[in-house]
Amino acid sequence: MYSKEHKEYLKKIKINSFLVRFIQILIITLFIFLWQFAANHNLINTFIASSPKSIINTIVNLYQDGTLFHHIWITFYEVIISFLTGTIGGIIIATILWRFKFISKVIDPYLTILNSLPKVSLGPIIIIIAGASTNSIIIMALFISVIITIINVHQAFTSTDENKIRLLKSFKAKPYQIFFKLILPSNYQNLISTCKVNIGLVFIGVIMGEFLVSKAGVGYLIMYGSQVFNLNLVMTGIILLAIMASLMYYLITFIEKKLAK
Amino acid sequence: MDILKVKNLRKIYHAKNSEILAVDNFSLNLKKGEFVAIVGPSGCGKSTILSILCGLDKPSSGTIQIDKKLKFGYMLQGDNLFDWRTIYKNCLLGLELENKLTKENIKYVNKLLDTYGLKDFKKAYPNNLSGGMRQRVSLIRTLATKPDILFLDEPFSALDYQTRLAVSDDVYQIIKKEKKSAIMVTHDLSEAISMADRVIVMSPRPSKIKSIYEIKLTNKSTPIQNRKAKEFAYYYDKIWKDIDYHV
Repeated sequence: MYSKEHKEYLKKIKINSFLVRFIQILIITLFIFLWQFAANHNLINTFIASSPKSIINTIVNLYQDGTLFHHIWITFYEVIISFLTGTIGGIIIATILWRFKFISKVIDPYLTILNSLPKVSLGPIIIIIAGASTNSIIIMALFISVIITIINVHQAFTSTDENKIRLLKSFKAKPYQIFFKLILPSNYQNLISTCKVNIGLVFIGVIMGEFLVSKAGVGYLIMYGSQVFNLNLVMTGIILLAIMASLMYYLITFIEKKLAK
Repeated sequence: MDILKVKNLRKIYHAKNSEILAVDNFSLNLKKGEFVAIVGPSGCGKSTILSILCGLDKPSSGTIQIDKKLKFGYMLQGDNLFDWRTIYKNCLLGLELENKLTKENIKYVNKLLDTYGLKDFKKAYPNNLSGGMRQRVSLIRTLATKPDILFLDEPFSALDYQTRLAVSDDVYQIIKKEKKSAIMVTHDLSEAISMADRVIVMSPRPSKIKSIYEIKLTNKSTPIQNRKAKEFAYYYDKIWKDIDYHV
């Protein structure tokens, strides 16, 4: 069994993590409570700042309309599709660049330009080419995530320990073997953090796309709400987004833990 | 019988604004079962010679004659174990790459692991092993593909002094027991004298062979024992003067 000191040490850790969780919950509860309190007593303008109660009412109304999950699903669908294509496509292109240094040298300046270009500016062109549909939204989000994925992943791949590559070459390893035995597994952490960054970027792209062109989705709710001065709807959209984005983030962390086992 | 003949090897490195003559006029014949050490000041292109010999680099000129059937094993500075693989999997790396995961080969790897004190660590990850053990794993990984000639590039430089002595003793005995030939590059003179049958001293860049010593010690046995031989100091002194080290 553990010594008395060790038990105390464990107890301390437990109390500490409990305190952290407790204060976290306290902050959000207090925030919601104060918000509602201020709204009830006309300390804030509820027309602009909305209130927790009216947000919940809006959500319930949307649910009763049957449109709540429709909007969430549309946004979720766009995020997933552009996340998967952006991340996987980016990794594949980065792999090609890693394998063929000549190509990587040639397209390097173009990547830099594309990366520094604000992708929103491509919006109108994308809409004209791909039409005013979810396709343009997906393409826009894809654009935002794929360029930075290529750059980051390629950077990570090329900075793999040179000595380990030499070791594999001394066993006469072929490039695909070097890739699957060394490059991919040794950059596992990098790939995971690229995924985490991409989730954020793809959400930006999708919401931006929905602002520009959409008939449904959470971004559409926000845009529509602001146009008809229904700030409750705007706030609801933002909160739905916050929930969705953090769920996606935790999903990746969950997958990361699963894979690490 | 010479199993490896190197003649007039020359290597030039090209950079944009300069060319560097790294190795010039290097010749070497290696006999079966022989252990040759190459010493020289740092940056004299010792490692370059090894990477050319095992085909990672191309010589600028010169010839390398070798029996096509012979296999090389290359042990680099540092152990370069893959953190995400178990010790066992690390040892199988070379066999995997060469598509030789036969029952017989796997059995051989297991035997090596058992013989050299890593029996209980097969499922462990490299992070849980000491520097000396890691180095032994690295050697077993190299031996697994049954090379005839081993190229050792400062194999012990990452280790602290005590471990270094112990591991070089280990490695030496493993190499002798498995009847391998070896060429080792090192900057540690006593390591070279205590392990090698022949020591080649290189001059600073552009490095050429400065002198060659056949090491003849009375009661030659393991490296640690060899350090006690009475000729040891004599060779040490000679080679030290040849290297002509200036601070």
